[in-house]
Amino acid sequence: MTAPAIRPSPFDVARVRADFPILQRQMNGQPLVFLDSAASSQKPVQVLEAMDRYYRQHHANVHRGVYQLSQEATDMFEEARRAVARFIHAPSEEEVIFVRGTTEAINLVASSFGRSFLKEGDEVLITWMEHHSNIVPWQLICEQTGARLRVVPISDEGVLDMEAFAKMIEGPVKIVAVTHVSNTLGTVNPIRQIVDMAHERGIPVLADGAQAVPHMPIDVQALDVDFYAFSGHKMYGPTGIGVLYGKRQWLEKMPPYHGGGEMIARVTFEKTTWNELPFKFEAGTPDIAGTVGLHAAIDYIESVGREAIAAHEGELLRYGMELLAPIPGMRLIGTAPKKAGVISFVVDGAHPYDLGTLLDKMGIAVRTGHHCTEPLMDRFGVPGTVRASLGIYNTPEELEYLAKAVEKAAHMLR
Amino acid sequence: MTINEIQDEIIDEFSLFGDWMERYEYIIDLGKNLPLIDEQYKTDDYLVRGCQSRVWLHARLDEQGKVQYTADSDAVITKGIIALLIRVLSGHAPREILDAELYFIDRIGLKEHLSPTRSNGLVSMLKQMKMYALAFQKQLEKI
Repeated sequence: MTAPAIRPSPFDVARVRADFPILQRQMNGQPLVFLDSAASSQKPVQVLEAMDRYYRQHHANVHRGVYQLSQEATDMFEEARRAVARFIHAPSEEEVIFVRGTTEAINLVASSFGRSFLKEGDEVLITWMEHHSNIVPWQLICEQTGARLRVVPISDEGVLDMEAFAKMIEGPVKIVAVTHVSNTLGTVNPIRQIVDMAHERGIPVLADGAQAVPHMPIDVQALDVDFYAFSGHKMYGPTGIGVLYGKRQWLEKMPPYHGGGEMIARVTFEKTTWNELPFKFEAGTPDIAGTVGLHAAIDYIESVGREAIAAHEGELLRYGMELLAPIPGMRLIGTAPKKAGVISFVVDGAHPYDLGTLLDKMGIAVRTGHHCTEPLMDRFGVPGTVRASLGIYNTPEELEYLAKAVEKAAHMLR
Repeated sequence: MTINEIQDEIIDEFSLFGDWMERYEYIIDLGKNLPLIDEQYKTDDYLVRGCQSRVWLHARLDEQGKVQYTADSDAVITKGIIALLIRVLSGHAPREILDAELYFIDRIGLKEHLSPTRSNGLVSMLKQMKMYALAFQKQLEKI
């Protein structure tokens, strides 16, 4: 494996862009302006090559083979786990579980934690700004156990109501599940404060980090979260691979999620005993190539510099909101003081679907609709929004073009 | 005019447009001018749910045995395309509607709007239009 290239600082966006082959494409005769990284980011050539190299030269199933190739694949797989542990500053790699993505990570905790620790009359606390994938798994387990889902409200700016949280945490809450960064509003939630308040009562906290990990340094020990979930494909890695970090004390108390190979210690028809962490939660052949790609994505992010990425994107976010705000009829949805990665908006007299369609014709990829946060759309009284979301490769010029295009589209629609 | 004659007429009209902007300006105008669905039908019963935009559709069989559609949408581009679909299919016998093959959408460069993944309600609406035609056809066969 090659060491990640050392990059000159300050942040050189032209050099970053050169690493992403897809950005050379044209859409409807216009250069592609990709502003949908919150849905899924593009992939640098370093990730593509790492996965290609893995399949060409090192592939075999992991953990079972006595032959060299299987050992190589296992080494690469476990190296990826160590890289993830370092990346989020997990105390140990046994607390890093590979899953398909954030959705599976949350389902794992909801199901496995829920079956052990939730009963009738208990409460699960989530917030109004959760993605459907941090709502529905909890609804399912609540239905099964008789526990109740409670929702912490937010302000008109999209800030979590911490006074309400302080009151609600006093109930019979057994777990708190909260997004670190809102995929629709961009709001950065005060995870450490939430964790401290929950821990005072011995309540664990799961943070959905899908929208945080690509944009800022993550330290699960500093956050002191009990569970942290994120996806590879939103952080320049491949689809189909994600991570659940969990504190050992909880993971050891939780039963397996899926049954199968790999997750067992010994199987008889009478009784099966579980493998140790993290394998207890990794039934079946894992997405080995995915972990190799994720490792390459981590190396890539670290080579560019996480602080540098956060600074670049922070500047873009501020600039983008400043450019869009003066457009007639513009309403920015999500104006929390602490934001990352996302600019959501509606324009009076222009349906988000219409705006998105016309922006597409101008080569701009944005997302329109409810962004899998329907309760949030209801909260703001809109059918959906247009969401421009940022990545490492976006430029100020692209945001200037976006603002002009939105103005033109809104004009056409009125 | 037959359904295909109307489709060909629309294709002719669209061939005059130079670029996507002219095409979409025209569709947006159609959307704005579409005779709205009667308010009494703009309810959940007549709602064709899409993830991106919502569509309401109502149909009746007139005295001449022709299907008359009215529809609405909250998105104006969706509505413009609805206006075209209604222009093509409305006022025809149920059998003709059932047999119709809609090729004009593709030919005027709006195919993407009729992709199921687009989830704008148009695919479901088209299906619903045919369902109405089928129901009316059965009704006519019984008489």
